[in-house]
Amino acid sequence: MTSIRWLLLPLLTTVGVGLSLVILSLPENPPGLQNTVAQHLELSGVTNPVTAVLLNFRAYDTLLEMTVLLLAVIGVWSLDVSVKSDDREPGLVLEGLTRLLLPLLILVTAYLLWTGSHGPGGAFQAGAVLSAAGILLVLSGWQPTFDFHQTRLKWILTGGVSVFAAVGVAPLFDGRPFLQYPNEYAGELILLIESAATLAIGLTLTLLFIGTVSAGRKPS
Amino acid sequence: MEAVAALEWATDGLLGLTLLWLGWRAVSTPELFRAVILFVAFSLFLALVWVRLAAPDVALAEAAIGAGLTGALLMSAVARLETLDKEQMDKEQIKQEEKTGPG
Repeated sequence: MTSIRWLLLPLLTTVGVGLSLVILSLPENPPGLQNTVAQHLELSGVTNPVTAVLLNFRAYDTLLEMTVLLLAVIGVWSLDVSVKSDDREPGLVLEGLTRLLLPLLILVTAYLLWTGSHGPGGAFQAGAVLSAAGILLVLSGWQPTFDFHQTRLKWILTGGVSVFAAVGVAPLFDGRPFLQYPNEYAGELILLIESAATLAIGLTLTLLFIGTVSAGRKPS
Repeated sequence: MEAVAALEWATDGLLGLTLLWLGWRAVSTPELFRAVILFVAFSLFLALVWVRLAAPDVALAEAAIGAGLTGALLMSAVARLETLDKEQMDKEQIKQEEKTGPG
């Protein structure tokens, strides 16, 4: 094993030095595609260039990303779906902090979702904060009483991808290509997609956590 | 203005070095729990780096997902590994006692 270490050291040093040289030789402030995006920003329906790229110009990529999240939940569920209960009492600090933080987290989710159209934010950030709220709930001793096969759960989970795909397919009936929103409604359609995506992402990430947590507990 | 530029260099350099150091420590710690904590700290520093690179959306996502969700998932994975290890050791102990018991 030590001989491989002596081989790794010069190899990694070479890679590191090569990367540093490449980064140091990059031009100062390359514009990239910023100018192109800025020129077409009014057509996208939002004023934040990141949201415009994610949900309008490259909406197909975001659609596939949400499908990947759905596949991840299906993968975790395929291992162990039953929720095993845990009788531990949460500590005083955890319980008090959860009571304080949960309404705040939900408010922050709504704010991030709304502000995504004109500032940093958006569906993924809001969904991640919502999932943090869900994880806090689970950690503070909340027992999920719902059945994992419940239809409502599945509607919310698949709602993100479904709404996105529906909004993408609808222009096909008008003779326009897939995912080409009509320019007048582009802002509202993006908000619709982002709302469904926030709920779906929040629920997906929380279910991923519940799945891994309950898989390790002994049935009581 | 020179002081501001020097301060910026110092901050960026410190952030970069801290990232490298945290990454190395997270990978080289023998205890898994410590490694997960270092990974969460790494995520938080990376979120600061994203802000310095003028990418606030990525910074928000990194802070929420890297420090929040992935940290929690890794913690529950470490807890599960320790439970599995304990079960393994209990099973081996039972086997040992069965071997030496009747003898």
